Amino acid sequence: MADLTSEFVGIKSPNPFWLASAPPTDKEYNVRRAFEAGWGGVVWKTLGEAGPPVVNVNGPRYGAIFGADRRLLGLNNIELITDRPLEVNLQEIKAVKRDYPDRAMVVSLMVPCEEDPWARILPLVEETGADGVELNFGCPHGMSERGMGSAVGQVPEYIEMVTRWVKKHTRMPVIVKLTPNITDVRKPAAAAHAGGADAVSLINTINSITSVDLDLFSPEPTIDGKGAHGGYCGPAVKPIALNMVAEIARDPDLRGLPISGIGGVTTWKDAAEFLALGAGNVQVCTAAMTYGFKIVQEMISGLSEYLDDKQIGLDDLVGRAVPNVTDWNQLNLNYVTKARIDQASCISCGRCYAACEDTSHQAISMSEDRTFEVIDAECVACNLCVNVCPVDNCITMEELPMGATDARTGKPVEEYANWTTHPNNPAATAAE
Amino acid sequence: MTHSPFTPGVAAARLEPEAYAENFADLHPALDDHEALVAADRCYFCHDAPCITACPTDIDIPLFIRQIATGTPDAAAKTILSQNIMGGMCARVCPTETLCEEACVREVAEGKPVLIGQLQRYATDHLQEQGLHPFSRAAVTGKTVAVVGAGPAGLSCAHRLAMLGHAVTVYDARPKPGGLNEYGIATYKTPDGFAQSEVDWLLKIGGITLEHGKALGRDMSLDQLQADHDAVFLGMGLGGVNALAVEGSDKSGVLDAVDFIADLRQASDVASLPVGRDVVVIGGGMTAVDAAVQAKLLGALNVTLAYRRGRDRMNASRFEQDLAASKGVRIMTHVVPRAVHGNGSVREIEFEYVNDDMTGTGETVRLAADQVLRAIGQTLTGDGMPTLEQGKIAVTGAGRTSLEGVWAGGDCALGGDDLTVTAVAEGRDAAMDIHKTLMGAAG
Repeated sequence: MADLTSEFVGIKSPNPFWLASAPPTDKEYNVRRAFEAGWGGVVWKTLGEAGPPVVNVNGPRYGAIFGADRRLLGLNNIELITDRPLEVNLQEIKAVKRDYPDRAMVVSLMVPCEEDPWARILPLVEETGADGVELNFGCPHGMSERGMGSAVGQVPEYIEMVTRWVKKHTRMPVIVKLTPNITDVRKPAAAAHAGGADAVSLINTINSITSVDLDLFSPEPTIDGKGAHGGYCGPAVKPIALNMVAEIARDPDLRGLPISGIGGVTTWKDAAEFLALGAGNVQVCTAAMTYGFKIVQEMISGLSEYLDDKQIGLDDLVGRAVPNVTDWNQLNLNYVTKARIDQASCISCGRCYAACEDTSHQAISMSEDRTFEVIDAECVACNLCVNVCPVDNCITMEELPMGATDARTGKPVEEYANWTTHPNNPAATAAE
Repeated sequence: MTHSPFTPGVAAARLEPEAYAENFADLHPALDDHEALVAADRCYFCHDAPCITACPTDIDIPLFIRQIATGTPDAAAKTILSQNIMGGMCARVCPTETLCEEACVREVAEGKPVLIGQLQRYATDHLQEQGLHPFSRAAVTGKTVAVVGAGPAGLSCAHRLAMLGHAVTVYDARPKPGGLNEYGIATYKTPDGFAQSEVDWLLKIGGITLEHGKALGRDMSLDQLQADHDAVFLGMGLGGVNALAVEGSDKSGVLDAVDFIADLRQASDVASLPVGRDVVVIGGGMTAVDAAVQAKLLGALNVTLAYRRGRDRMNASRFEQDLAASKGVRIMTHVVPRAVHGNGSVREIEFEYVNDDMTGTGETVRLAADQVLRAIGQTLTGDGMPTLEQGKIAVTGAGRTSLEGVWAGGDCALGGDDLTVTAVAEGRDAAMDIHKTLMGAAG
């Protein structure tokens, strides 16, 4: 069993699986259950200023999209930060941290964009014994309309300014949580870095309308016939999150900035992918909200088994895929593959044929007896047949060896060459 | 419970009253909404799908399943019914395991096909339970067509003709419409009066008149029908039952399986139906299985299905054979009846074991039997028919007989495999051909 002990910006936890700031971490009862279930840490649901707490809607807060058998694929919410008094949350944080000293206890914060409120709240958090703070610059609904959350996260100058205040007023590690509702995530990350952040965490939720009620003509979730955009999360957002994590991880100016990966982590494998793309740990919410806290047991056993199989430690996994994330113009244009259909496992559904014939390159033939075969002279190796085939590993991509002739182009496979030197590229530089 | 399964001879009420309700309940309970969505999600929406090819009525199965999956079961029902107006009954009685579901790529891949039959039932029930009839008649053509037989072939033909604007009179010898759907199928496959409600729903198209108690050759002649109508469709099925040509077969207790099944379907209380303690069914088709299983469900202690060849040669599908076995029916193969013994009533039946080539082995076996049910095939009855071939009406193309203006389909016509779904297809196709003929080139 691999050692999953994690240290992230100096915060130790028995495993790299934290619960993200969200409903599962809103109060002592839930967090104690989470720690009993085995979670390595939590980011306590966002605290606001002292005084009358925010209020939430009293109708539905969540909307969802589903896959087969009502498998929840994406969840959207219009819940705000904690609607419980600040003092209550602080007392509970202190009590839980006292009882679970080995677990990471990070507190998410969101107060108005002025220095005083930050200066006031930070000592209160420190007093609980919490390990760190996470600045919620990502929440895309409700709070952003009041100049907080993603309203800050969408302006790099504000991010840097607030981060600087926070660093000035606390000794605790500071994690800046980034919103994906921007065009280039490297800009807010750089701002956090410049402001002195110890780490960034991403992604927060994505602006979304999950569906429209076609009788009420109202977005879901519907509150008295109206709907507002919410924050989208869950398995459906993972590809977006992975890309944003990778963009930061491979940016030369941000190299070494710790990243806490968030966005659709549902299984150990999702977590391993975030780690490989440079995240030092992961935060989970939707999976726990869908299945309960027990899923962390699968994450622990799965990641442990994987590390054992690879004979590497957790730290070796972090960032391991980053060098392989590149720009399109660096991809090898002389890498030639062809689709191969394994006739033994083919069930003759014909989906590859329909997809290729109707929407791609007419590179699959169909015989009277429903045998489907790839026409190498037409196959551009787009991979669509692989993606639509319902049978795992029935269609694969086979690499043509160096020197072999590509039946489509009639040319032999040559050494690595990319677009930057391609003759069709008007900006090509001559190959050395 | 006046009697028990052990009561000797032929007796009614062998079981507790509640056992009958359970025994004759729906074999495949209807899918609920969630089950239907889960089942529909398994469909791969194959290109040029093998299930469509396997369906005698060419229902666009992937399309209707996708319509179910997207929450529009009534649209799915219309997809089904436009090809097969008895899609509701076929969903219940089709041997899907040898048709669409056998061809399903997921059967090939995993041995677990998409539940096409049950999904079809989900869609058609959804529409029909609302009383919706999604088709309407074209402008009246002024042509009249006689349809003989209100079974699947006749009603399918009648519906299509009525939809195309013709006036149709359907003649049937029995007191109720439906043919084998009403009289010839096991109760547990179509409980709760479904056959009649389906006919009622089908007739909503309008333009169809039903005449009961009218048998061809007894109450009317083919000549007269031809004289009175612009076209005639013969779909009266097979009225006769093959005799058991062995010594002692006239003893009481030797019955036709089709009558046994019909009595069960028409009984207001199945507990009142007498059944033997020891029952032997002779035959290897669907009728034999339906009779054997139901004899067991009625409380018979020992039921044997005796067939002259191996199980692989039985017309009953493997699913039907397994169903029989699961209900406690013993399946005996390679046996041919040689004599029925008993003093007035049957007491025993004697079989000889035969080889695959039907030569006798000389070895015999006697089985106790209070009832012997014959299910060894049915025959066409009636005189003045078009030319016959192998005992059935010879047809070419879409059911054209040797007589001009006379079409035939269903079990009485040569070809096909005597399934409800085949009869529906033949009736439909004959209707299209009749329409084309009656309307000339303009049609």
